Amino acid sequence: MIVPTPHPDRTVSPASPQTLAQKLVARAAGRGRVTPGEIVTCRVDLAMMHDSGGPRRVGPMLERLGAKPWDPSRVVVVTDHYVPVHDEESRRIVAVARDFAAQHSVRALHDGIGICHVVLPEQGHLRPGMFVVGGDSHSPTGGAFGCYAFGVGATEMLGVLVTGEIWLKVPHTVRIRWDGRFGPGVSAKDAMLRLCGALGMDGGGYHAVEYCGEAVEALSMRERMTMANMTAELGGQAGLFAPDATTRAWLGEAGVHEVDVETWRSDPSAAVLAEHRFDASSLAPQVAAPHSPANAAPVDVHAGTPLTAAYLGACTGAKLDDLRMAASILRGRRCAEGLRLMVAPASRRDETIAREEGTLGALLEAGAELLPTACGACAGYGAHRFGDDDVVIASTARNFRGRMGAPGSRVYLASPYTVAASAVAGTIADPREFL
Amino acid sequence: MTATRGRAFVFGDDVDTDALAPGAWIKFGVEEIARHCLEALDPSFAARVRPGDVVVAGRNFGAGSSREQAAAALRHLGVAAVVARSFAGIFHRNAINLGLPVLECERADAVRAGDALAVDIAGACVELPERGLVLACTPVPDHLKAILDAGGLLPWLERRIAAQRNPNPP
Repeated sequence: MIVPTPHPDRTVSPASPQTLAQKLVARAAGRGRVTPGEIVTCRVDLAMMHDSGGPRRVGPMLERLGAKPWDPSRVVVVTDHYVPVHDEESRRIVAVARDFAAQHSVRALHDGIGICHVVLPEQGHLRPGMFVVGGDSHSPTGGAFGCYAFGVGATEMLGVLVTGEIWLKVPHTVRIRWDGRFGPGVSAKDAMLRLCGALGMDGGGYHAVEYCGEAVEALSMRERMTMANMTAELGGQAGLFAPDATTRAWLGEAGVHEVDVETWRSDPSAAVLAEHRFDASSLAPQVAAPHSPANAAPVDVHAGTPLTAAYLGACTGAKLDDLRMAASILRGRRCAEGLRLMVAPASRRDETIAREEGTLGALLEAGAELLPTACGACAGYGAHRFGDDDVVIASTARNFRGRMGAPGSRVYLASPYTVAASAVAGTIADPREFL
Repeated sequence: MTATRGRAFVFGDDVDTDALAPGAWIKFGVEEIARHCLEALDPSFAARVRPGDVVVAGRNFGAGSSREQAAAALRHLGVAAVVARSFAGIFHRNAINLGLPVLECERADAVRAGDALAVDIAGACVELPERGLVLACTPVPDHLKAILDAGGLLPWLERRIAAQRNPNPP
């Protein structure tokens, strides 16, 4: 839409191999192939907005333009940041989201049933090959399903709603290969914290980050979502997985059938900007110290640090698999005296399954406090903000200064296993001693 | 884009969106958010910065959230441009979309707090007249310059829609 300049000449031969990212972008751009670095205009298959960055900000601008969403059937609105409402402002913000959906005939309004990045695939909105724009930085989560999914701000979303298109600089690919298998008590979160520590918060360079290798192929869909999600912390634009039988099975349960798992993978000899290899089997549980995910180190570096709270929450850290990891540690144990353990499941669906199978019961019997299914303390937008004296271990994605509470609060990031083990110990602890 | 002149406010690497637009204030309008812009790193920033001043930083400026209030708060305070060694991708797009000039400058670390500086978007350089320095920057691509020249994506879209509705103005 906003690309008045012509495409540069392309000198690649028709047979030149393409990365998964190139294939996804080429399809959205209506092109046979694209070259990293060129500017293209892509047609958007799905635009997702949440209550905070979406309707309340985009709506007034749409009105000023006298415009409407280009295709309401391709728009999804999720309320998750300000639910449940707790004051006058949150009540107004959520009402605006509902009104927007009604006014613009957006049928896909998912109101208070979970965090947007988890709700999208659960509700069957994603399938491999799609080009998805989300009004939230953790939108790369959709890359777990072989979608080119990335986050944008509200004005950029306005452009998408008005035109159905968005400009993109065709990304290079940074490939991350995890050889071997993750050991007991080690998860996708540990892998991502390790990557943040090794490559830095701009290690992704706003390129496409592609995850592969034996350990990645063995991951469940929700664990892949955790990895794709935290591509945001690596500074990648998108975090991509080639869909496979695991993808097809998960999407089938979500009601999405005829899933193409053949097309959407990198050609074997496609050129990548960099390939980083890591050994999964030797990865220790990771803990990122305040105030950056890049401050990651093996858990023993921080073991023994006294804690006031432990938080299992967020799209990256409270899906069903995350709750199960925590329960595997907490079952039959109790939280340390004086430590507050909070659980905010990432979606109603995951919460229901966890309740029915006894996972949630194990957490509650250990002393966990159940918080509403929402972004909650991770977003730091309202209720449940930590105090100046709090030292917290959290399964969330970010621990920037003051994000989850007062400027003096200190947040350590870790996997659900490590959060649970630390809740029992009352200090940061290695979960492998609790398995 | 014409050149702009002001004083430098200098920050380090990985200045994040929670520092630029703290979450507790996101439910309010930009006026309120701007009062708390960067207070975690420099409590007096919002009170001291003057229209035309320039924020200068290290790598990965604007890391984190897609909340465009991070860029809107700076613009609201009158910040004329952000010059950094590199930008986080979403923040960079947001800044352009809101008409806030952003320039990537590998030598941004040569700028000291309080330096007078002239930022030339079209010429892709930063001049420090009192120190006799000119720092080269990465040129802003034409399609982004067009959005900046319009004052941001909203006025850019406004013009485009007007042109479509009235393709042959008198």
